[in-house]
Amino acid sequence: MAYEDVEQLARALLSGDRRALARAISIVEDGAPEARALIKAVYPFTGRARIIGITGSPGAGKSTLVSALARAYRREGRTVGVVAVDPSSPFTGGALLGDRIRLGGDEPDPGLFFRSLASRGHVGGLSWAAADVVDMMDAAGRQVILVETVGAGQSEVEIMGLAGTILVVTMPGAGDEIQAAKAGILEIGDIFVVNKADRDGADAVAANLEMMLDLGEGKVAVDAGHHGAGAIGPVRVAAEAVPAGPRWRPPVVKTVARDGGGVDELLNAIERHAAYLASTGAGALRRRARAAERVLAVAARILLEELKELAQRAGRLDALLAEVAGRRLDVYTAAEELIKGRAE
Amino acid sequence: MAEGRDNEVKGAGERREAFRTLSGLPVERFYGPEHVANLNYERDLGRPGEFPFTRGIHPTMYRGRLWTMRQFAGFGTAEETNRRFKYLLEQGQTGLSVAFDFPTLLGYDSDHPRAEGEVGKLGVAIDSLADMERLFEGIPLDRVSTSMTINGPAAVIWAMYLAAAEKQGVPFDKLRGTIQNDILKEYMAQKTFIFPPRPSLRLVIDTFAFGSRHVPQWNVISISGYHIREAGSTAVQELAFTLANGFTYVKEGIRAGLDVDVFAPRLSFFFNAHSDFFEEIAKFRAARRIWAKAMRDTFGARNPRAWMLRFHTQTAGCSLTAQQPEVNVVRTTLQALAAVLGGTQSLHTNSMDEALALPTEAAVRLALRTQQVLAEESGVANTVDPLGGSYFVEALTNRMEAEAQRYFRRIAGLGGVVAAIEKGFFQREIAESAYRYQQMVQSGEMTVVGVNKYTLAEERPIPLLRIGPEVERRQVERLQALRRERDNTRVRETLADLRAAAADQDAPLMPAILDAVRAYATLGEIVGVLREVFGEYREPALY
Amino acid sequence: MVLRRAIRVLVAKPGLDSHDRGAKVIARALRDAGMEVIYTGLHQTPAQIVEAAVQEDVDVVAVSILSGAHMTLLPKIAAGLRAEGLGDVLLLAGGIIPEEDVPALKEAGVAEVFGPGTDTAVIVGYIQDHVGKD
Repeated sequence: MAYEDVEQLARALLSGDRRALARAISIVEDGAPEARALIKAVYPFTGRARIIGITGSPGAGKSTLVSALARAYRREGRTVGVVAVDPSSPFTGGALLGDRIRLGGDEPDPGLFFRSLASRGHVGGLSWAAADVVDMMDAAGRQVILVETVGAGQSEVEIMGLAGTILVVTMPGAGDEIQAAKAGILEIGDIFVVNKADRDGADAVAANLEMMLDLGEGKVAVDAGHHGAGAIGPVRVAAEAVPAGPRWRPPVVKTVARDGGGVDELLNAIERHAAYLASTGAGALRRRARAAERVLAVAARILLEELKELAQRAGRLDALLAEVAGRRLDVYTAAEELIKGRAE
Repeated sequence: MAEGRDNEVKGAGERREAFRTLSGLPVERFYGPEHVANLNYERDLGRPGEFPFTRGIHPTMYRGRLWTMRQFAGFGTAEETNRRFKYLLEQGQTGLSVAFDFPTLLGYDSDHPRAEGEVGKLGVAIDSLADMERLFEGIPLDRVSTSMTINGPAAVIWAMYLAAAEKQGVPFDKLRGTIQNDILKEYMAQKTFIFPPRPSLRLVIDTFAFGSRHVPQWNVISISGYHIREAGSTAVQELAFTLANGFTYVKEGIRAGLDVDVFAPRLSFFFNAHSDFFEEIAKFRAARRIWAKAMRDTFGARNPRAWMLRFHTQTAGCSLTAQQPEVNVVRTTLQALAAVLGGTQSLHTNSMDEALALPTEAAVRLALRTQQVLAEESGVANTVDPLGGSYFVEALTNRMEAEAQRYFRRIAGLGGVVAAIEKGFFQREIAESAYRYQQMVQSGEMTVVGVNKYTLAEERPIPLLRIGPEVERRQVERLQALRRERDNTRVRETLADLRAAAADQDAPLMPAILDAVRAYATLGEIVGVLREVFGEYREPALY
Repeated sequence: MVLRRAIRVLVAKPGLDSHDRGAKVIARALRDAGMEVIYTGLHQTPAQIVEAAVQEDVDVVAVSILSGAHMTLLPKIAAGLRAEGLGDVLLLAGGIIPEEDVPALKEAGVAEVFGPGTDTAVIVGYIQDHVGKD
């Protein structure tokens, strides 16, 4: 089905039409010419959804947990969107998107919209368009949006720029909790989940996490705007007096996603975090920080594309690169040349 | 002098840079004493019927009794399959083997919405004891041995067979046969699982206990490599993964308090006979030796019958081609010969049309004749383990055993078979081998006659067996009639009892299943109760 | 006309057929050819497959079926896709499908049927030739 124009597509999307949503996601994912117009048209209608990010290392059962959460929210009568990202092959550009297989069930449920995304070369745990995709789902009226990262483990702080509540998922036996502490992942989690908790060592993992969180390794303050309004990058702040209310001490929840064990407790923890964000002003601070991150990221991307295109058109890019490769020109001077070229 | 010879041969050139078995093991130009220098006859081979049984589990093997000719059969309704059984028995088949349709394999009744279009297509539809009675009508169950390829709902189908025998007046202790009942390989390869691993294992061990006590001549499990191979594994993987599963079942049985000397003799195996002739023979011999040593030395079994690996073989379905299907007869013959030279206890030979459909009568008769020619015309059955002592075969047997041991170490490192399944280890190994195989065929590195070499521009179609929609209609009508005519109060009672037994970790399950079966509860109803209590399994996406 | 960056393919196993070797091999081959492949997993109903095709906005639905139930399941999938306005999605079938059933399947909306032994490069080529063309 073709849509006449962006307006028609936007209207259909906003009315909750899931075919329009699917099409809209493709458009923003591909960065098609209509993408910007589409995003501009629907952005004012975003901001209503609860966005939950799920990250953690491979094997921890993220996909199963995401599906369990999705089904739990559906049982509560909420509409759900899921964005599941898997890595693209750096060699072929193709991808095996294998998270959907965990959905299960007997009949399709249009109230659960599941979209598999390939990372398409992006690093950081998501794809470059993931935030735009989430916006589409938000604008289409999905009340809860679950975003599952690629799952390479430690480098996935990008989710912070996107989600209101972040779940970090570990499992017994992986030694994850130590790795997590080393990599700073402890700082980004709002809730820590020990999945496959029916296995030996689950209690020990949970206890270790609790201990590290008590020692202040985690996100000890809500994003108190320590770096000010101009903060760029993942929101990682030191302790600061919180504007209103107590700190958020991330809970550790044990789950067995495979059979739904602990999922209710997890839902409660998410609710409590959402309430915390709303009642303490922490949520507002985060939204501000996320906005900063997104705007700057998009601006940088647009600038880079423009730069490349200009240089390409002027036929200067190849020449510059040859100079650099031949060590006749250094990298920084080449970059300055490129930028100068744009200003001209 | 020797050097000069070498140069001469080098100059002659060979067809390839390197020769390998299908598993990728290197194959030398020729083999000599140096390749088996460490072989000790008593320790590594033994005489036929003696530990470690490398040469065969019986002293006389086929001189005493030929392998069982057991053609897998099943399609349509119970009556149609009953007719095919009788035909095969008339034609000289010596054991029965039942193929069930997909709804049955997955525990659905023929009128379940998911069963639409699938009833009777790839096997016989069995919904209740009534169908089982029809399936064996006129076939005295104390005089045949029956193998049933059923896994997820194996306990229920077995109960139906037992109840059908009861109706014929045959006591349980006279019954001979096998249920496949090998749930571990379902997660790895065949994928007809229903419940998650742990409750499934509980069901399996429950059948071990019941069999030991009540059906002593029955093989309660057929630990299978066939499907692992069909899913794309190599021969080495088939050997290693199958035996690893076997060891797991033994461990679980011991953990449940069963006596290894009592239940282990009733464990049987099922292997694939693929195209690399000598590799397959080496695989079978290595399997026997590995199992014997593990059972005696690791598990401490004292009953020699617990040390003997008994197996059924099926020639490789995945090697059959749709192109020039007559050529499949040649493939099957060679594969069957490998199984016989490998000492199989029972054999199914594929029909030439099985890449396309279920076999026609003519095709399956020819497949049976293949075995009969091997058995009675070729002389290969007249001495035990004729290839024993061949430098090549012994070297390859040793090599297969060593490769399997490497896998055992890796699996142990992952925490055992169940943990490795949960980590997707086997599935990934198999998918990797399957992909490599496809690439080798597509690149021409591996020849498949009629497919990538010696092809025909025009293929002549051969007549195929078709299962029409009236099968489903008839089965559904019959099922609905059964539900009306049976004692539904009794059905409800037995199902409630089953639910209670399932929910109690320590309660035996077979007795409750048998009661429900006798009351004519349907397969779908019984499995439905178990699904509620045990849950369903969904696998991760692993390539 | 939107310039698609990647061809998206849904590899589907409908019905109770539990043989997934072929589906997995083709999924990998498509990935190696630069496509984004979503695998549904086993035991999908036609309705689930259609819903997945809608949500994932795929260009191709590739159905693998070896159970003999193709004459029931494929037409349902085709009809479902059409009902959702996805009639221009390429519907392909592979597995064990007798030659004599192919015309009826094409009539029902299956674009092409690939028999056993088909080289994956042929399937990749077919998709590349037929996606994005009107």
